[in-house]
Amino acid sequence: MRWLLLKDLQILRRSPLQAFLLVAWPVLIAVLVGLAISGSPSKPRIAFLNEVPTDARVSVGTSQLPNIGVSDRVCERVECVHVKNRAEAVEEVRSGDVLAALILPAGLVDQINSLSTPSPATPKVEVIVNEEDPVKARLVNDRINSLLTQANLVIARRIATEGGKFLNLVLDGGRFTVIGQTIQILGLRNSARILKALRPALPPGPLRNSIDQVIQFTTLARSNLGTAGPLLTRLTQPIAVDKQVVNASTPPLEVFAIAVAATFTLAFVTVLLVAGSLALEREENAFPRLTRGLVSRSALLTEKVALGVVVGVVVTLLMLAGLALFVPLHWSRVGLWVVAIVAGAAALGAAGAALGAAAREVRAVSLLAFMVTLPVAFLSLIPSGTVGPGLYDAVKLLTALFPFKPALQAMTGALDPGGPSIAAALGHLAILTAVYGSLARFALRRFASV
Amino acid sequence: MEAGNATSAAVLQARELVKRFGGREALRGIDFEAAAGELVAVIGPNGAGKTTLLSILAGISRPDGGEVHVPQGEVGWVPQQAALYRRLTVEENLMLFARLEKHEDPRASTEQMLELTGLTERRGEIVARLSGGNQQRINIAIGLLARPSVLLLDEPSVGLDPRQRARLWEFVSALASEGGTTVIFSTHDIQEAERYGGRLLVLADGEALFDGSADGLREAVRREAPEAADQDFETAFVAFLHHRGH
Ligand SMILES: Nc1ncnc2c1ncn2[C@@H]1O[C@H](COP(=O)(O)OP(=O)(O)OP(=O)(O)O)[C@@H](O)[C@H]1O
Ligand SMILES: [Mg+2]
Repeated sequence: MRWLLLKDLQILRRSPLQAFLLVAWPVLIAVLVGLAISGSPSKPRIAFLNEVPTDARVSVGTSQLPNIGVSDRVCERVECVHVKNRAEAVEEVRSGDVLAALILPAGLVDQINSLSTPSPATPKVEVIVNEEDPVKARLVNDRINSLLTQANLVIARRIATEGGKFLNLVLDGGRFTVIGQTIQILGLRNSARILKALRPALPPGPLRNSIDQVIQFTTLARSNLGTAGPLLTRLTQPIAVDKQVVNASTPPLEVFAIAVAATFTLAFVTVLLVAGSLALEREENAFPRLTRGLVSRSALLTEKVALGVVVGVVVTLLMLAGLALFVPLHWSRVGLWVVAIVAGAAALGAAGAALGAAAREVRAVSLLAFMVTLPVAFLSLIPSGTVGPGLYDAVKLLTALFPFKPALQAMTGALDPGGPSIAAALGHLAILTAVYGSLARFALRRFASV
Repeated sequence: MEAGNATSAAVLQARELVKRFGGREALRGIDFEAAAGELVAVIGPNGAGKTTLLSILAGISRPDGGEVHVPQGEVGWVPQQAALYRRLTVEENLMLFARLEKHEDPRASTEQMLELTGLTERRGEIVARLSGGNQQRINIAIGLLARPSVLLLDEPSVGLDPRQRARLWEFVSALASEGGTTVIFSTHDIQEAERYGGRLLVLADGEALFDGSADGLREAVRREAPEAADQDFETAFVAFLHHRGH
């Protein structure tokens, strides 16, 4: 059997295009995924133009809020590319260098200040986006919306805080500075106290009744306005989010992306190689010669799966090593990686053998392998909750029948220290290996007899 | 039908062989025996069932009826369509099969076969780049590597030049006469069949029309197609087949 394996590796070496694709493809994927992961900043790049004069202040009533540092706040959440004018901002967006441009117009603060006047204007910021594709458009909208929500929240909090101070002044009295002059404000509480002190001095009669009404009003107003303060603060964030994560085994996004890239590579390399190499035995008429006493059909199938495992492990490990340049991987778990790759490759190889046994020509088999592997791989990536429950069940069943999904699960578990246990995935893969192995044996007997 | 000259020492026996492909009967009850050291030529028109018979004897396909007795694991097989790895070199092909045949010294066997096929100089070449005849030489050499007690050759001389044919038959005849190997080969070359086949089996439409010596066949042809008796043997043989309805 080892001689057959050696022979297949020799043939592979002799087919430069095939061997190149087999190595170049995963390396290319590795580099692209690596660049996409490490190069995509967790903060989106946004062109930022702040035309608001630096001394402009948002004022509440007659007082001005301290500078809230819009620039700093925005650039804390996104990577800001500062531009000089609107044209430059548009150009940055058009070229794709930035996801969007955010322009704070010169009159923004005045517009905000007008909110508390009898003729309020709507404060506006300008956003320039490049909606070249729908996915990107949605992404940009989400980002911008969350950015604006946060900006609104900051302003609202400021207003609430300042408003709360005024409220306290009205309730409790105190000092108030306006245009350089400090005024003493009496406040409702003190007013009530003074009135209560005055009351006994007044004779019973209409005057005393009137003062009683005023005292009653101050008490009522105090207790009602007292609740307004907290209410004002609550308004800035009426609903607090208490997030509870149910499935805590979710791996970090980049680890998952690496697992997907590695499993894709493993699947294509193994399925295509095993199916193609089995079909080649028949294309070269060597199959009857071999199975006539030289090797048993089972041994031939085992050899093909072993070929897939050997090449799959090498190529996938190479790919992971390439990705490790971009993303820190846990090399201490390399033993588990190999276990996951071997188990995945065995199941995928057995599936490839079943395909290869059913067809006679390498070309036909390659096409078949692509047609089966590609859709299953994509179906395996559909997350729950994104399609209807009935459809998801069907997808789940279908993807459980092909080794891609369990291989992906094993891979994810092997790569991610906090990830799911890979035992279940390995068991699943072992079952699929046995099932597809038997299918391949059956197909060989059925189709490959002369 | 004349009786075969197989003796009681038959190493290979087939009884009432029937093979069907869908509705078509490729073999319709063939009886066949061969003794050790016998050289049997199987001749007959295209589609007569020669390949089908040989592949059943080789154990590659199973008959739908009848039974076959062949020495287990000792049947060598040279298929009509070359069965070799075209992306490997001549030497790699021979080495691979010598190893699979578990030769004690695969390298020595490879050298022997390179010499026999006259391809020693081209041992390092990829088989796909060789001419059809040279590919056929390797195809035969791989079959010979099995060192079988029964050797089945399906149209082995097709594509070989006269010199290479001579070498092939020299080697095969020696296998039969010195090694006691039973050799069964098919051919469309009547002269070749007559010359190297100690015995001739004539197949047509899945039936055996004749089984016996070359002289016996000439005799039968003269008897059944007297009008072609004064022409060459091949023409007379075609007339004979015609008389038998083929
Ligand atoms: N795999 C197959 N499927 C269907 N029919 C087949 C198959 N192999 C052979 N046949 C049919 O069986 C019959 C005998 O074929 P076979 O190849 O044995 O003929 P042959 O005597 O070797 O012919 P040739 O001289 O052309 O090599 C033919 O009619 C052929 O069409
Ligand atoms: Mg034939």
